[in-house]
Amino acid sequence: MRRLIPDCATGGSKMATAISTGAVSPFAQFWHDFRRNKVAVVALGVVALIVFVAIFAALIVPQDPYDLKSLVLRDARRPPGYVGRDGMLHLLGTDSQGRDLLSAIVYGLRISLQMGLMAGAIAFAIGAVVGCSAAYIGGRLEALIMRIVDLQLSFPAILLAFVVAAILGQGKQQLILALVFAQYAYFVRTAHGAAAAERQKDYVQAALSVPMGGWFVITRHILPNALPPLIVVATVQVASAISLEATLSFLGVGLPATEPSLGMLIANGFQYLMSGRYWIAIYPGVALIILIMAINLVGDQIRDQLNPRLRK
Amino acid sequence: MASFIIRRFAQAMVVLLVMSLLVFAGVYVIGNPIDVLISPDATQAIRQQVIEQYGFDLPIWQQYLHFLQRLLTGDLGSSFVFNMPVATLIAQKLPATLELTLIAVLFASAVGIPLGIYAGYRPDNIAARVIMAASILGFSVPTFWIGLMLIMVFAVQFGILPAGGRGETRALFGVPFSFLTLDGWSHLILPALNLSLFKMSMMCRLAASGTREVMLTDTIKFARAAGIAERTILRRHVLKLISIPLVTVFGLELGSTLAFALVTETIFSWPGLGKLIVDSITSLDRPVMVAYLMLVSALFVVINLCVDLAYAALDPRLRHGGQ
Repeated sequence: MRRLIPDCATGGSKMATAISTGAVSPFAQFWHDFRRNKVAVVALGVVALIVFVAIFAALIVPQDPYDLKSLVLRDARRPPGYVGRDGMLHLLGTDSQGRDLLSAIVYGLRISLQMGLMAGAIAFAIGAVVGCSAAYIGGRLEALIMRIVDLQLSFPAILLAFVVAAILGQGKQQLILALVFAQYAYFVRTAHGAAAAERQKDYVQAALSVPMGGWFVITRHILPNALPPLIVVATVQVASAISLEATLSFLGVGLPATEPSLGMLIANGFQYLMSGRYWIAIYPGVALIILIMAINLVGDQIRDQLNPRLRK
Repeated sequence: MASFIIRRFAQAMVVLLVMSLLVFAGVYVIGNPIDVLISPDATQAIRQQVIEQYGFDLPIWQQYLHFLQRLLTGDLGSSFVFNMPVATLIAQKLPATLELTLIAVLFASAVGIPLGIYAGYRPDNIAARVIMAASILGFSVPTFWIGLMLIMVFAVQFGILPAGGRGETRALFGVPFSFLTLDGWSHLILPALNLSLFKMSMMCRLAASGTREVMLTDTIKFARAAGIAERTILRRHVLKLISIPLVTVFGLELGSTLAFALVTETIFSWPGLGKLIVDSITSLDRPVMVAYLMLVSALFVVINLCVDLAYAALDPRLRHGGQ
């Protein structure tokens, strides 16, 4: 709290009084710090915009890209700005099946985001439960779990995801499973590190001496204190899950053709790159990079704010 | 030390055993092994013969033992697509991948480390900021996307470099390599650059943060007080002090670059292991998949073993830590 006050001289006196009277929630304080990094604020805005567009995709896009009836094959592979036979403007051009690329990208973003968030949420849950429990239980089981996790971390995530996806075959569930398998170890490691530190502290010892149930102590005391580092890992891992998913789909072991994510759109456009029809592969890629970069920038800022070593 | 080596070695063996179990479970139990190992157009007689040969009528644990036995004797089966022993096939493809990865990692170090040292030496300089921003970009942008960009710019727009293949090769000890011919280099440069960009960003960031820390130490103050030129300080002292983490990363990254090579090889049609495995998955050539998985896991186990042993040699605390 104290460190906020000097900053507020420039930030606004209202905030300063609010903070000195202690009337500010931790969230408001966090937002106040966050706002000072303009790049991160812009990135957050971009993420919010993409999430909004992905949720309301059907209302925004000019064409339902998967309604085969609305596709005109004669309009295939047209450059950006092309006006179709039915008078529709294709702002980013059309793909090999005459699909409006902008619409396809919005739907692709939706699938990519969905995959990244689902995989991230499941890996987060597994990591939090396993990591905190391991730290709480201790002994041989803890050693065994952490040994397995360390072993997995020594393999590159892309290889693990690729192998699992290849063995399980195409499909949404299979792909999420592959992404979770490739990423849960990061969450377990982080949760375990934070929880093991909390485990030693007096308040946990006190809670245990009462005696309270183990599960109660884990969920009420250890887990909330292990959350900040987990949230940081989560943002980074969601971005990397989206990137992984795109890579797997590009390689042909990801989603089936009926659910084209950004990676598959890029893969479809790849063959036309050589003949100079760059837009089919480029624009989905630009969307993908903007999404990943924005999430990473937001994650960077959150990490800096939650890192006690950088606090003065 | 001897007991540490033995313990660590035994661990590595256990890991390999577990990996073989997982691969066995993945390929032989989830999928139908008969469909996996026998090509669909085989006659009934051949089917029966192969079933007996591989013992698919046996209980599952016996099948696993047979699988292990075949692995240990180096019998990895035959590829359906190429119709040749998988071991031979892999031996053919391995040099191309090794060549590509090695050049990529060397390139990443040769460019990334000097840039990183510079960025850490003058952190407020505009050039340093550009370097650090570019390295974030290098982290965030997926490898396959950069590959596409490189092809679009250098192969399609300017038409100065080929977009795929290995080009002309020359034999060294009977193994064909591209880096021995000019045409080979022109084919090598784009995929190697593509593969190295991620590592380069990482090396650069590591070197930058290491340099920033080292520059604040007494070593540097005394070196400056002694009147040694800045250039010499950077080369002699800073580089030496930041090299320990860099060497570790170099070793570990060699392994992960091999894994990343499957993306780059697919994009640039580089005829190496990565392309082989991606192709064999598309064509359901499962004996090749099994062999690749076992090979890569063995490779990682060996790399980790070497890193641990090197650490133990450097840091005496680790040798006795586990006891």
